Amino acid sequence: MMQLTWLPFEWIVALRFLKEGKIQSAFIVVGISIGVAVIVFMSALLTGMQANFVNRVLTGQAHIQMLAPKEVARTLRKNEANETEIAIVQTPLQRFKGIDQWQNVASQVAKMAQVKVVSPAISGAALLIRGDTTRSVSVTGMIPDLYFQIISLPEKIVRGQAILASDSILIGTELASDLGLSVGDKLRLSTGNGSVNTLKITGIFDLGNKGANSRSTFVALRTAQSMMGLIGGASVFDVTVHDVYAAENIARQIQSLTGLQADSWIKTNEQFFTAVRAQTTANTAIRFFVALSVGFGIASVLVVSVVQRSREIGILRAMGITRGQILRIFLLQGGLLGLGGALMGSGIGGAALYLWQRFERNADGSVMFFLVFDMHLLVQTLVLATLTGLISAFAPAMRAARLDPVVAIRG
Amino acid sequence: MKVTRPSQGLPASNPILDLIGIRKSFNVGQPNEIEILHGINLQLFPGEFCAVTGPSGSGKSTLLNTVGLLDRPTSGTLKICQQETTLLSDADLTDLRGHQIGFVFQYHHLLSAFSAIENVMMPMVADAGFSNKAMRERAAQLLGSVGLTPWLDAPASRLSGGQQQRVAVARALAMKPALILADEPTGNLDSKSADAVFELLQSVCRDQGTAVLFVTHNPLLSARCDKTIEVVDGTIFDL
Repeated sequence: MMQLTWLPFEWIVALRFLKEGKIQSAFIVVGISIGVAVIVFMSALLTGMQANFVNRVLTGQAHIQMLAPKEVARTLRKNEANETEIAIVQTPLQRFKGIDQWQNVASQVAKMAQVKVVSPAISGAALLIRGDTTRSVSVTGMIPDLYFQIISLPEKIVRGQAILASDSILIGTELASDLGLSVGDKLRLSTGNGSVNTLKITGIFDLGNKGANSRSTFVALRTAQSMMGLIGGASVFDVTVHDVYAAENIARQIQSLTGLQADSWIKTNEQFFTAVRAQTTANTAIRFFVALSVGFGIASVLVVSVVQRSREIGILRAMGITRGQILRIFLLQGGLLGLGGALMGSGIGGAALYLWQRFERNADGSVMFFLVFDMHLLVQTLVLATLTGLISAFAPAMRAARLDPVVAIRG
Repeated sequence: MKVTRPSQGLPASNPILDLIGIRKSFNVGQPNEIEILHGINLQLFPGEFCAVTGPSGSGKSTLLNTVGLLDRPTSGTLKICQQETTLLSDADLTDLRGHQIGFVFQYHHLLSAFSAIENVMMPMVADAGFSNKAMRERAAQLLGSVGLTPWLDAPASRLSGGQQQRVAVARALAMKPALILADEPTGNLDSKSADAVFELLQSVCRDQGTAVLFVTHNPLLSARCDKTIEVVDGTIFDL
C-alpha cells in the first residue's frame, strides 16, 4: 500500500482484492478477453470487407450515373362508358439516344455543392473485328481528363498508356489475350448504324474482373460520337460526389432537378448493402451476447467475492468506511476486470488480425484485403467493456454496501 | 444533525459514553418481537476500563454493537463524547464511529490482502486526512508498541493468532479513538497472548485516557479492571 497511497482508498482496496483473488481474477479476465477478441476481430474483418468492396466498386464505377429517361407508352383514358379504349399497352423499344441539351445539364449538376466531377460519355455496343474473329464489346466514349477522375483507368493499365486520341482505343487484358492483340495493333469496330472505324490500341487494362476485361473498351468521346451517330451528343453522365454514402439522396435531387434517370451506386449494388446490413445485424447480435456473457461472468465473480469478503466488509464498516466507499470498491473491481479483459482481448484480436492478414491470401499470393486495426474500435471496445464491468458490478456492489455490519462480522 | 468531534482529553468529569434507558428490540412490530436490552444505564469516563461479563445470550454483544453505533437502539439516549447519536444519519454515525470508536473483536478480522502495517494504516487511508509519511510513522509506532516491529510488512495471514490480535488492537488505536470496544478479544488466545493483549489495552487506557469496554468470560481479567458490570437477561448489574 505504501506504493499505492497516492491512489484513493477505494482504488487501493479494489486493486488489492483483485490481486489477492488472482486466479479468480485471471480466469474472468481471460474469459472477457476472448469475448473482446472475437468482437475486435469480427468488427475489423467486417469493416475491412466493406471498405474493400466499396473501394473496388468506387474505383471501377461512378457514384451516380445519369441516363436519358426511358420512353414509356402512355395509356389512353377510359371513355365515358368506362371502357378502356386500348386494352393492350406495349412497352416501347428503347432507342439509343442522347441527353438533350447535355452541356447545360452537366453544368447544372456540376454546380451542386455535393458533386465533385461530372463526366459526359457515350456508352453503347459494338462488334470488334480482328481478321476473321469478331467479339461483341461495350464501348465507352469519354473525355479522359474528366473520366479518369472518376475511374482511375491509368492505374489499371498493365501495358501501354492511358492516352486516347481520335483513333485510339483501350482494351482489357482478356480481350487482348483472346484476340492476340497487343499495344500498337489495329482493330476495327463496327456499330449498329453501319459505321466501321479502324482504331489503334494504346493501352491494355486490367479491371480485376474477367468479364469486364473481355467486354469493356474505351475510346475518346468524339470517336464514340461519330461511331454511334450521336454527333456532339452524350448518352450518359458519370458523376462523383464528396460523400459516397449520400449518393442515393443526391441522385434523387439530380433526378428531380434534371428530369433524367439517376442511379446511385448504392441502388445498383443493393444486394451488397443487404448483405452488409445482415452482417452488421449479426455482428451487433454477437456483440450483445458477448457483452451479456461478460457481464454475467463479472457479476458472478463479484457476487462470490462479496460473500467471501462479508466479514472484511463488516470490519471495514466498523472502522468507519462508508457505504459509498464499499460500493465504489466493488464497482471499481468490475470496471477494472472489464478494462483488463478489454486490453488483453484487444491484443489477442490485434494478433489474430495480423495472422489473418499474414496467412490468408488470394490464390496469386496477394493480400486478400487490408485490415485496419481502427483506434476508434479500440477505444470503443475499452469504454464498452469497462462500462459493462461497472454495470455488472452494480448489483454485487449494492449488496456489499447494504450489508449490515453486525451480521457481516458475525458471519 | 451535525456531528461534532470532541478532541482527546475530554474533561474527566464528562463521560465518554453515556447510556440512558437504552432498549433494543428485534423484529419490532412483528408477532415475534423480542427485547434484548431492557433500559440500560451506563456511564464511562476517560481512562476508565470496564469489564463486561455475563452468560452467553445475555445481550453483551448487542450492547457492544449498540454502543459501537453498528446497531441503533429502539429507545433511550446514547451519547458518545457528549454527542447524542440516536437521531444521527447513517453517514454521520459512520463518521463518528470511524473517529471516536475502535473495535477489537474475538476474531481479529484483519484484511488478508494487506500486510500488518497496511491493516493498521487502513482507517487513516480511508479518512484521507493523513500524509503518507504520517500514516506510516503512526502505524509503525503502534505496531512497535504491541511488539510487532519485526513483522511490519508481513502479510496479515502469515502472523500467529496472538500477533494478529495485537495488529487488530493497533488498528483499533490508529485513529486515537476516545472509546475502545473489545468483544472477547482474548477469547481465542493462549493465556500468555491474552495477558499481553489485556495489558496493552490497559496501558492505552491509562496513558491516553481512552475508555475501554472489555467483554470477557475470564474472571482473572475482569478482576483487574476498574469496574465490572454483568449483563444478565438484558439488564446490567454493577459488581
